[in-house]
Amino acid sequence: MSSGNSNGHPAHLAHHFSDAAQQSESAKIGMWIFLLTEILLFAGLFVAYAVYRSANTEMFYNAHKHLDIHLGTLNTIVLITSSLTMALAIRSIQLNDRKKSIKLLAATFALAAVFLIVKYFEYSHKFDLGQLPGKFYTYTGIEGSNPHIFFSVYFMMTGLHGIHVIAGMIAISWVMRKTIQGKLSSEYYTPMELTGLYWHLVDMIWIFLFPLLYLIG
Amino acid sequence: MDTTETLLLPPGGSTIAGDVDALFYFIVYASIAIFGIVLFGIVYLGLKYRGRKAAADGTTPGITHSTRLELAWSIIPAILVIIVFVWGFNVYMKMNIIPGDVMEVKVTAQKWFWSFDYPDGVNTVNELVVPLGKPVKLLMSSRDVIHSFYVPAFRIKMDVLPNRYTLTWFEATAIGSYDIMCAEFCGDRHSEMLGRVRVVSEREYKEWLESGTETAEGATPVDYGRALFRTKACHTCHNVDGTSAVGPALNGIVGKQRPLAGGERVTVDENYLRESILEPQSSIAAGYQPVMPTYQGMLNDKQVDALIAYIKSLK
Amino acid sequence: MNKIPEVNYLNASRGIRSWLFTLDHKRIGLLYLFSIMAAFALGGIFAILIRLELLGPGKDIMEARTYNQIFTLHGAVMIFLFIIPSIPAAMGNFILPQMIGAKDVAFPRLNLLSWWIYIFGAVFAVISMSTGSVDTGWTFYTPYSTTTSTSVVAMTLGVFILGFSSIFTGLNFIVTIHKMRAPGQTWFKLPLFVWGLYATAIIQVLATPVLGITVLLLILERVAGIGIFDPAMGGDPVLFQHFFWFYSHPAVYIMILPGMGIISELISAFSQKRIFGYKAIAFSSLAIAFISFLVWGHHMFVSGQSQLASAIFSFLTFLVGIPSGIKIFNWLATLYKGKIRFDTPMLYALSFLFLFTIGGLTGMFLGTLATDVHLHDTYFVVAHFHYVMVGGTVMAFFGGLHYWWPKFWGRMYNELWAKISIAFTFVGFNITFLSQFVLGAKGMPRRYYSYLDKFQPLHDLSSFGSWIMAIGFFIMAVYLIHAVFKGRPAGDNPWGALTFEWETTSPPPKENFIETPTLTHGPYDYDKIVPERTI
Repeated sequence: MSSGNSNGHPAHLAHHFSDAAQQSESAKIGMWIFLLTEILLFAGLFVAYAVYRSANTEMFYNAHKHLDIHLGTLNTIVLITSSLTMALAIRSIQLNDRKKSIKLLAATFALAAVFLIVKYFEYSHKFDLGQLPGKFYTYTGIEGSNPHIFFSVYFMMTGLHGIHVIAGMIAISWVMRKTIQGKLSSEYYTPMELTGLYWHLVDMIWIFLFPLLYLIG
Repeated sequence: MDTTETLLLPPGGSTIAGDVDALFYFIVYASIAIFGIVLFGIVYLGLKYRGRKAAADGTTPGITHSTRLELAWSIIPAILVIIVFVWGFNVYMKMNIIPGDVMEVKVTAQKWFWSFDYPDGVNTVNELVVPLGKPVKLLMSSRDVIHSFYVPAFRIKMDVLPNRYTLTWFEATAIGSYDIMCAEFCGDRHSEMLGRVRVVSEREYKEWLESGTETAEGATPVDYGRALFRTKACHTCHNVDGTSAVGPALNGIVGKQRPLAGGERVTVDENYLRESILEPQSSIAAGYQPVMPTYQGMLNDKQVDALIAYIKSLK
Repeated sequence: MNKIPEVNYLNASRGIRSWLFTLDHKRIGLLYLFSIMAAFALGGIFAILIRLELLGPGKDIMEARTYNQIFTLHGAVMIFLFIIPSIPAAMGNFILPQMIGAKDVAFPRLNLLSWWIYIFGAVFAVISMSTGSVDTGWTFYTPYSTTTSTSVVAMTLGVFILGFSSIFTGLNFIVTIHKMRAPGQTWFKLPLFVWGLYATAIIQVLATPVLGITVLLLILERVAGIGIFDPAMGGDPVLFQHFFWFYSHPAVYIMILPGMGIISELISAFSQKRIFGYKAIAFSSLAIAFISFLVWGHHMFVSGQSQLASAIFSFLTFLVGIPSGIKIFNWLATLYKGKIRFDTPMLYALSFLFLFTIGGLTGMFLGTLATDVHLHDTYFVVAHFHYVMVGGTVMAFFGGLHYWWPKFWGRMYNELWAKISIAFTFVGFNITFLSQFVLGAKGMPRRYYSYLDKFQPLHDLSSFGSWIMAIGFFIMAVYLIHAVFKGRPAGDNPWGALTFEWETTSPPPKENFIETPTLTHGPYDYDKIVPERTI
C-alpha cells in the first residue's frame, strides 16, 4: 500500500474500522440509506402532484402544453449522458487511469451546468409570461381550475431537483479535486463511487419528473 | 336513549349516545381486567422473587421462551381487539348513516362563532334550536380556518373545513340545552367559540320559527341592539369597556375621528358603522387585522339599526 | 474500594474545543444529553405555566395568545428538541458502540455534524420564540398556520433542520449495527436495546424526509403563497394533515421503541434472568416499526376523510396493539423465578410497565371509530399521549439514565434520594394525567385557554399533580449533578449486568475497550454466569 503509514494502516482508513472493506461497505450502505431518504423527500411532492392532478385533470392537461417539450427532451438527454460520463469516470479510476477519470468528471460537471443553463432559459421564459406559482401567477391563457397549482407543483419539483443538481456539482468538483491531488486510486475510490450513486439518483428523479410534467397531460 | 351522567361520561342526549357509551364502558371494563392482570403480575412476581437465590450457584433458570404462552398472549388480545374494532365499526356506521326524513341546517363556522341557517330563512348565531325526536342534518363549512363542531352530549364531532362541506347529524332524545364547542384549535378565542343546542318540543319549535329568531317587539332599539351584540357574537371580538381585543373597542367612538390602516382618517358615524358591519373589509381601523366576517345576509335592516343605536349609546 | 480508572474518555483530552468538536461518540452522546436536558427543563417550565393558567377559567396569569404560544412551545420543544433525540441520540450514541464492542459509530464526523445541526435547529426555535413565537400547536395545521401572524416560518425551519439531525443519527446507527459488531456477535446475540435502536433508526430514515418536505411546503406556502394547502387557491388543507401524520405517527414510535429497548435491558439485569421471548421482543419492534407507517389516518377520523379509509386505519391501529402487548407480557414473564432487586433503574422499569399499560389500553378508545368521535381532540387524547410518552418513553429514559449514569461518570448517585424522587414523579404524574382522562371523556376539548366552570375541580387536581411531578424532577437534577462530582466510585459493573458495555471500565477509555473484545457470552446468560455487582 503506497499511501500506508507505519502500522500498515492505509491513510484513508479511519481508526475505528478494522479494515478497508468494512469501511467502504459501511460508506456504501450509508449512501444507499441516504438515497432512500432523498426518494422519500421527493415522494411527498409526487403525492402532491397526484392529488392535485386528480383534482384538476383538465387544467393539468392544458397547463402541461405550456412547458417546452424540446427543452425538456434536450435536458433529459443531457442528464442521461452525464450519468454515462460519471459511470465511465468511475470505470477509469478502477483501471487507475486518473487522467481520463478527471476528464470524464469534468464532462459530467459541464453537462450538469448545461442542464442548469437550459433550465434557466425555461424558468426565465415562464417568469416573463407570469406562469408562476401560487399568488404570483398572472398568466391568463390556461383554461381549467387553479392553473397556478400546476406551476406551484412544477416549480417545487424542478426547483428541488435543481438544488440537487447543484449539490451534485459541488460533490463532483470535490471528488475531482481529490482525484487531481492523487488521493483516489483503484485501491480507494469510495468518494467517487458515492458521488456517482448520488448523481444517478438525481438523474433518475429527473427521468420521473420529465414525463409527469412535460409528456402526459 | 338518553343516558344520565356516569362516572366518566357526560349525560347523553342523542339516539347514538347509548350505543357509544355501551362500547365505551365495554372497553373500560376490558382495560381494567387487562391492567389488573399486569398489575398483579408486577406486584406478585416482584414480591415473590425479590432477592431470591434460585440455585446454589446463584444462577437463575434459563427459560428462553414458551411458544404456547406467547401464542396465548398474542391471540387473546387479538380476539379482544377484533371484537372492539367490529363493534366500533358498527356503531360508527350507524353514526354516519343519515336517516331519510331529516331537517337540514346549514352551519357556518368562523373565528369565533357558529351561525346556523334554517331552511326557511331564519338565521341564528351560537344557538341551534331543534325539535325533539327529529333527525337534524348539519351541512357545515368554514369561512376561515378549520374548526370542529362538537356536542359532547350527542357524542358527535366533525371538522368544519373551508371551501368544502362536511356532514354530521343527530337526533335529540331529551328536551334541554347542550353545549356546542369548537374542538379544532382556531386561534385566540378558540375556547370561547361555544354555543348551545336547545332541544324543544315540536310545538315550541314551530312557535319559535314563526316568531323569528328574536323579537324586537316592546324592546327599545338600544336594548334590542344590546341583545344582538351578544347573540350575533359581536362581543367575541369587540369589547365595550375601552380595551382592545381582536377588534377595536366600540364605546365612545361615535363622532370621533379614527385612523384607518391606509393612513386616512374617517369620522365614525352611522354610515361608517353600517359599512363596517356589512362590508367590514372596506375600511380597516389602523392597528387591526382585516379578519372581521361580513354580516351581509345575517342581519336585516332593523337589526343593523338596533346595533348602531346600541353602539351609539355606549360611552 | 472502587476507584475511577485513571485513563478514560473524560480525561483523554481537555478544554472546551475537545468537547465541542469531539469525534468520540461518548462525548457526542453527552453533548446531546446536556442539550436535551436543557430542552426538557424549558419544556417543563412551559408545562408548569400551562397548568398554572388552567387553575381557573378565564384569565389567570396570561393572555389567550400567550397561552396558545406556551402550549405550542411546550409541544414543539418537548417533541422535536427533547423526546425524539432523547434516547437514540443521547443514550444510544453513548451505549450502542459499546454494546456491540465497537470503537465508535460508523461515521463519527456525521455524528458530530448531527449534533451541530441539532443546535442550529434549536437556534431557529429560539429565534421563533423571541420574535413573536408560534401559536399553532405543535401540529402546525393549515390553514391556521399559514394565516396566523406569529412566527411560524422560523419554528418550522427549525423543525426542518432538526429533521436532518435525526436522519443522520438514524443512518449512522443502521450502518453501525450492520457493520461494526464485534466478532462473534450475531444478530440474535445483540442486546434488545440495539434491536430497539435499529427499528427506531429505520423509522427515522424513512419518515423524517416526509416531515422535511411537509414543513418545506408549509414554509413556501407562507412566504411565497404557492397555494398547495390554501383552500382559497384550490389547495387542500387536509393534505397537510395526511403529510404531517405520515411522519408524526411513526415519530411516536421513534420515541417509544428505544424506550422499550431500555426496559428489556433493565428488567433482565435487575431480575438477573434471561429475557423471556427474546426473538418475539426483537421482531415485535420491527413489526411495530412497519405497521407504524400504515396507521397515520387514525388521527383524522373526524377530519372529513372517507369512512372506508377511517375503518381501514382503525383496523391497522389495533394491529399495533398486539406486538406491544406481547412485549409487556414477555417482560412480566422475565420476572418469574428471577433474583429481583429494586434498585432505582428497576423502579423506573416497573413504573414504565404500569404507566405504559394504561397508555396502551387507553389507546383502544381512540383507535375505535365510534368512541374516538367523542374523544378526539379532547383531554383524553392529551392524557393518553402523556401516558405513552412520559409514562413510557420518559420513564424508560430516566431508567436508562440511572442505569448508565455510573457508566457515564464512574460514580453513583444517592440511592435514597433517587427513590424519593421517583415516588414524587410517579404519584404526581398519575394525579396530573388520570384526571385528564376524566376531563376528556366528560367533553373538555384540548388547547382551551378557558373552560366551563364544571371542569374546574379536575383541572385544579391536574395542576396540583404537576407541582408534585416538578418536585420529583428537581430532586433528580440535584442528586444526579451531585453524583458527577461527589458520587462514590461505582466500579466497572455496578449492577452485575452481562451486556457488552459493562465489560469495559466505567467510565470507558477513549476507544471503549483497551483491547479488541471478543464475545464470550450472550447478553442475557444469567443461567450460566453469576456476574458480580461492584457496588
